[in-house]
Amino acid sequence: MEGLAEDQLGLALANIFLLAMLVVVGIAIARMRSLFAIVMLSGLYSLISSTWFVLMDAVDVAFTEAAVGAGISTVLLLGAMLLTARTAKAEKPFARVAPFLVVVATGAILAYASFDLPVLGDPDSPVNTGVGQQQLERHYGDMGFPNVVTSILASYRGFDTLGEVAVVFIAGLAVALLLGFGERSLAETIRKGGSK
Amino acid sequence: MNVDHHVILRIVAKTLIPIITIFAFYVQFHGEYSPGGGFQAGVIFAVGIILYALIFGVTAAMKLIPPVFTRGLAASGVLLYAGVGVWALIGGGNYLEYNALFEEPEGGHAAQHTGIILIELGVLFGVAGSMLTIFYAFAGRVAEISDKDW
Repeated sequence: MEGLAEDQLGLALANIFLLAMLVVVGIAIARMRSLFAIVMLSGLYSLISSTWFVLMDAVDVAFTEAAVGAGISTVLLLGAMLLTARTAKAEKPFARVAPFLVVVATGAILAYASFDLPVLGDPDSPVNTGVGQQQLERHYGDMGFPNVVTSILASYRGFDTLGEVAVVFIAGLAVALLLGFGERSLAETIRKGGSK
Repeated sequence: MNVDHHVILRIVAKTLIPIITIFAFYVQFHGEYSPGGGFQAGVIFAVGIILYALIFGVTAAMKLIPPVFTRGLAASGVLLYAGVGVWALIGGGNYLEYNALFEEPEGGHAAQHTGIILIELGVLFGVAGSMLTIFYAFAGRVAEISDKDW
């Protein structure tokens, strides 16, 4: 830890703490059987990740993670849970070995690949020297408002965002087609006193 | 004994839901100056309605915002977004090139701002409508959430 400035040390410790929390929550989710607790913990996982994104100065990503991951996907998973059993079936001990090996192998490959990544905040990395740098320099002159994330998402990358909205719409449409449109589904039958 | 178990929940939710909704619109219209934009605003708005549905019942929420409306909202959002692109095409530019929306003096940002505000509205409608449609599809299948399931 020598050579690190005081504030960098604090930031590094906060990063380590939050990432360790993520690991703990992940292991807890993997070991649990109660679906309700798992849904709640996955919401917690998203909340910790969004705190971590704030530390990385990615406020927009943190905002999205908090709203989508901790908010709406928890609620949707709860809604899905109500349609099924409350606990997951325990699998046989040897059935856990293969997934465990796959996870460890993937993790090792990713950790190995991370050595080739540029250092966080490196001004000479490809991300910070190419198109990103150009957009940072000219966006205020082009758009006239300060939030560069909005100008990239809405204007420079308008096509991508159109695709994203279409994906969300198609997801909604697909779920509605599979489960029924809500008003003429199982709820109506139950309310009318039908047995099925 | 007929006791309302959720009286505190109801009172707190009654106070929170308007604040959540207003915050969604703040995120929407302040997106050019602070974090957030149409996507986050749409999700927050949907969460406000879903909270209402969880506490006061899905039937009450469906009376407030019918499923027909959420489907239409989602589709109109995508159409609005794509329509801005067509508008730019008619104006003589490329698809989604906001500078071609209308003529303006050199160095003006009005066309960019108009384009971005419109497509962010499209994102808001598309995301909020889709999220509520998904929620209604799930929640419409169970009659009411019983006390045991809380």
